[in-house]
Amino acid sequence: MRLHVDWTACDGRGLCAELLPEVIGEDEWGYPVVRGDGVPEKLAPAARQAVDRCPALALRLVPATK
Amino acid sequence: MNGIAAPPTGRRLLTERTEAALPALDPGQIIAIAREAGLTGRGGAGFPLWRKLAAVATSGRPAVVIANAAEGEPASHKDKTLLAARPDLILDGLQLVARAVGARRAYFYGPAAGMTAGSAASSAAGPATALAERRDDPVPVTFRAAPAAFVAGEESAVAAAVAGGPAVPRDKLVRITDSGVGRAPTLVQNVETLAHLALIARYGPAWFRSAGTPAEPGTFLATVSGSVTAPGVFEFPYAVSLGHLLATAGGPSAPLQAVLVGGFHGGWIPPDPGLRISREALAPFGASPGAGVVIALPAHACGLRETARIASYLAAESAGQCGPCINGLPRMAATLTELAGTPAPARSVAPGGSTAPGGWAGTSGPGRARAGRARPGLAAEVERLARLVTGRGACRHPDGTARLLLSALRAFDDDVRAHLQGRCLSGEAVR
Repeated sequence: MRLHVDWTACDGRGLCAELLPEVIGEDEWGYPVVRGDGVPEKLAPAARQAVDRCPALALRLVPATK
Repeated sequence: MNGIAAPPTGRRLLTERTEAALPALDPGQIIAIAREAGLTGRGGAGFPLWRKLAAVATSGRPAVVIANAAEGEPASHKDKTLLAARPDLILDGLQLVARAVGARRAYFYGPAAGMTAGSAASSAAGPATALAERRDDPVPVTFRAAPAAFVAGEESAVAAAVAGGPAVPRDKLVRITDSGVGRAPTLVQNVETLAHLALIARYGPAWFRSAGTPAEPGTFLATVSGSVTAPGVFEFPYAVSLGHLLATAGGPSAPLQAVLVGGFHGGWIPPDPGLRISREALAPFGASPGAGVVIALPAHACGLRETARIASYLAAESAGQCGPCINGLPRMAATLTELAGTPAPARSVAPGGSTAPGGWAGTSGPGRARAGRARPGLAAEVERLARLVTGRGACRHPDGTARLLLSALRAFDDDVRAHLQGRCLSGEAVR
């Protein structure tokens, strides 16, 4: 699985970076920087939580190929 | 005009010809000839047409097809030129793709200027509008005005505009070939691509492949401007040499320093006449033929300064939807402007700017102010920002802007060092 950011929806609240710091950093404007190509299996629950908590509904967990 | 049925040799699109009627092809045949011909999208991305046709055709739902003539790139005039010269081929191609994907609705999306009721004939899309009214096409064509914005021609922006919304790109998790206009599978194709398809339907894939290279077959339309004697729109086979291309535009009007290929989202290449204009040959420079925009930069202009001007224009053309683009592009442009050592007047390369006949209109002439040093970290900062914004938008506007700036740092690296020492190799004063 990998994370997909809908940049037209994201407004840089930063919750995802707090919930999933192993995968998501922030740029100088507070927008997420997703590291690597996929989410390691052990971080999948935290990734799902980050997706669910995104106030802008801008984050999705999608199959790695998509 | 000659009512001939023999295939055109040399120029294909920009010729005065009356073509025979389109042969009756079934959907599978249309996709097959597009595949055998190796026809790729001429809007810039170069994606194989047949794969998009197949994706939309296999959806099994009523599809929408759109001919895209938006051409938001200020230095590109090839779609407008084609529209004036051969609206018949564009409308033929639109009918072919409509048949290939089983579309019930077809749209023509083109420059808004003048495309209002009563004045259609005087607009850029006028020839197509007038011709469409006289033809009895199986799939009716509806005209839609495109705003004059850089990103208005991006395919998801096109679908959004045709659906009646603002012409801004949307998120790509769901592709428009799955769900575009009114949630219908949607095919957006550049008008030049459609015109090529109309000729392939008549003369076959083997004829199409008789120009260009096996990997990049066919011809393309190029808009050649900047420091050339006779700027304009010309047709060339892929892998044409840069020397032949520039000579066709009258040759350089001054000694050249570099050439921008692929437009404002393209890359700078050396003015080597032997260089071939193909994806393969330009890849080492981080450039590609794109939508055929070629701009010659004279030795007396500063490549960093000109790139900074273009970057400022591109930053202002952000659709304003995505954080990294809204924030990153202006910062990137400002940083390069500081490195180039001159404030960049916003939009100085807007339509008519860099494409003025006979010279490099963006050049501001030799400055007389005293030189000052740029801060040493500026080039590295431009590079960091370029990598930071890449891949982080709904469309490729940040990626294309980043590509241009990275190519400028490479192409003008001697000048980067000179600017950091308070000099400029073009002779323009740094500050």
